[in-house]
Amino acid sequence: MSTAVIQKYQLKHTEKGLYLQLSGDWRFQSGIPDTVLLIEQLEKIRPEQLSFECQHLGNWDSGLMIFLLSLIENCKQNHIQVVEETLPAGIQKLIQLASAVPEHKGVQREITDQPVLDRIGNVTIEAHRSWNDLLSFIGNIFLGFLNLIRSKASFRYSDLFYQIEQAGPSAVLIITLVSVLVGMILAFVGAVQLRLFGAEIFVANLVGLGMAREMGAMMTAIVMAGRTGAAYAAQLGTMQVNEEIDAFKTMGISPIEFLVLPRLLALVFTMPLLCIYADFMGIIGGAIVCSTMLDISFFQYFQQIQGFVLPIHFIVGIFKAGIFGILVATAGCFRGLQCGRSASSVGSATTGAVVTSIVLIIVADAVITVICQIIGV
Amino acid sequence: MPTTPHLEVRNLRMTYDETIIQENLNFSVQKGEIFIIMGGSGCGKSTLLRHLIGLMKPATGDIFITGVNLWQVSPEERDQIISHNGVLYQGGALWSSMTLGENIALPLAEYSNLNQKQIKEVTAYKLSLVGLGGFEDYYPAEISGGMRKRAGLARAMALDPEILFFDEPSAGLDPVSSRLLDDLIIELRDSLGTTIIIVSHELESIFNVGDSAIFLDSDEKTMIATGSPKGLLKHCDDQRVLNFLTRTTCR
Repeated sequence: MSTAVIQKYQLKHTEKGLYLQLSGDWRFQSGIPDTVLLIEQLEKIRPEQLSFECQHLGNWDSGLMIFLLSLIENCKQNHIQVVEETLPAGIQKLIQLASAVPEHKGVQREITDQPVLDRIGNVTIEAHRSWNDLLSFIGNIFLGFLNLIRSKASFRYSDLFYQIEQAGPSAVLIITLVSVLVGMILAFVGAVQLRLFGAEIFVANLVGLGMAREMGAMMTAIVMAGRTGAAYAAQLGTMQVNEEIDAFKTMGISPIEFLVLPRLLALVFTMPLLCIYADFMGIIGGAIVCSTMLDISFFQYFQQIQGFVLPIHFIVGIFKAGIFGILVATAGCFRGLQCGRSASSVGSATTGAVVTSIVLIIVADAVITVICQIIGV
Repeated sequence: MPTTPHLEVRNLRMTYDETIIQENLNFSVQKGEIFIIMGGSGCGKSTLLRHLIGLMKPATGDIFITGVNLWQVSPEERDQIISHNGVLYQGGALWSSMTLGENIALPLAEYSNLNQKQIKEVTAYKLSLVGLGGFEDYYPAEISGGMRKRAGLARAMALDPEILFFDEPSAGLDPVSSRLLDDLIIELRDSLGTTIIIVSHELESIFNVGDSAIFLDSDEKTMIATGSPKGLLKHCDDQRVLNFLTRTTCR
């Protein structure tokens, strides 16, 4: 009788044939023996069949199963018949369960390196599809708005008021903080430079004009993109995951009218108001810097602003805020409704909403500024 | 000599804020037993399960796992005990940003000394046990609800846990998959000695696999029957339990 001793198993030859003696505990926490050496031995011996002897087998778990399944697979490839009946009943049953449903062929993913041209092509096709979706979304919003005017839209005014409350009063604190700080930063940067020419009083012009035309609307829009636009994407994305959007569609209720329009109108209504508020908070921030750093009194500061910053400057800023409101709500709702069916796609939708909103805000701001220059406003 | 129950519940009271969900719950589960928690919708079955797996703290009462009081040990020890249990959640609760293979490999990488090749082999074996061999590279969003559930079971079994908890295992599965799951549950108990605790109201599964059971009632806010499911059907004289087990309605 020849014997090969390898860790927890022994390969033994007897008159009855070749068998593998398994002994001791087989816990995968303490490591699984490799089958390579055993397979090499079997390839040399080339037996017709392999039996098992498990009298000394102790506790076992998936560790033994992994070892046996690998062994059985290799034996099959080498045309060695495995006598599974010589294994304990529990192991036999688990082997049967593991092979009850054969491994699905053709479902494995092959990781292939995609050529650069293929990638560019795919990205272009995807961008084109996304652009078409966006156009269709904007078209649907327009149709929904027409239905709303004709009182035919699935629209609840209670939703609109709720969204206004969420987007407006709830955002006042953060808008106050950001605007006051931006006003102070503008005044501080201006003061350092204008002091060189003895023109400190013009800090008031800089802050007044900067907040009224640009920074009030811009900062409000960026805060709202991060706060409200992201929330819209997350809300609608989660509804998409939970099939709530599908439920609206199958009941014949337009998600655009029921979910998007209240959010869009809420932002179009609240953004200009928040912008006016942000303008004044920024101007107050500038006043604090002027009175503490430059010895310009509040009275002088506000008188200077009153003489230089005209109502049209505020109107330009407020107009921009309205446009930004449309963009933030559209980007948030579009990304939310585009969301996939998993938790990670809600995260992607939210990130996409914020990035899209901020890019659109900056581009729109540039376009409006150029147009204002051309028409002389 | 009496053996320590694998899991024991003493005078458990479960509440949400001030609302009592269930109280005066007393039962024990022996090692290798398949234990069913049953009852009508909204009676607190899943809440009881969340208490047993350490996600919720009892309002009063104790939960012992292998004689250790789950809420009288340090948080680290509790985490250690909990990590040795496997849980199959109702929807599978797979991590959506990971493939099925990665979902199963994560606990193996965290809590075992296996190398990457062995982790891959264990992952393939666990998936084949639930009939999903070859789906390692799929994301949860790319497979059906039933498949997600089976993959969730493969993840729950990843570390060969001593106790496996199932929350509505048959819900959403086709009859063949449901039957295969029942077979797997019995086989896990028979071959590995796993203790299995199942929250279910699927009668066929309850009678197929259950060794013992408790019946929770939402009106009484406590367990109103205990015993083997088949025994309860034969001998229980509580009409609510019989209605449940025979699918009859009382109007």
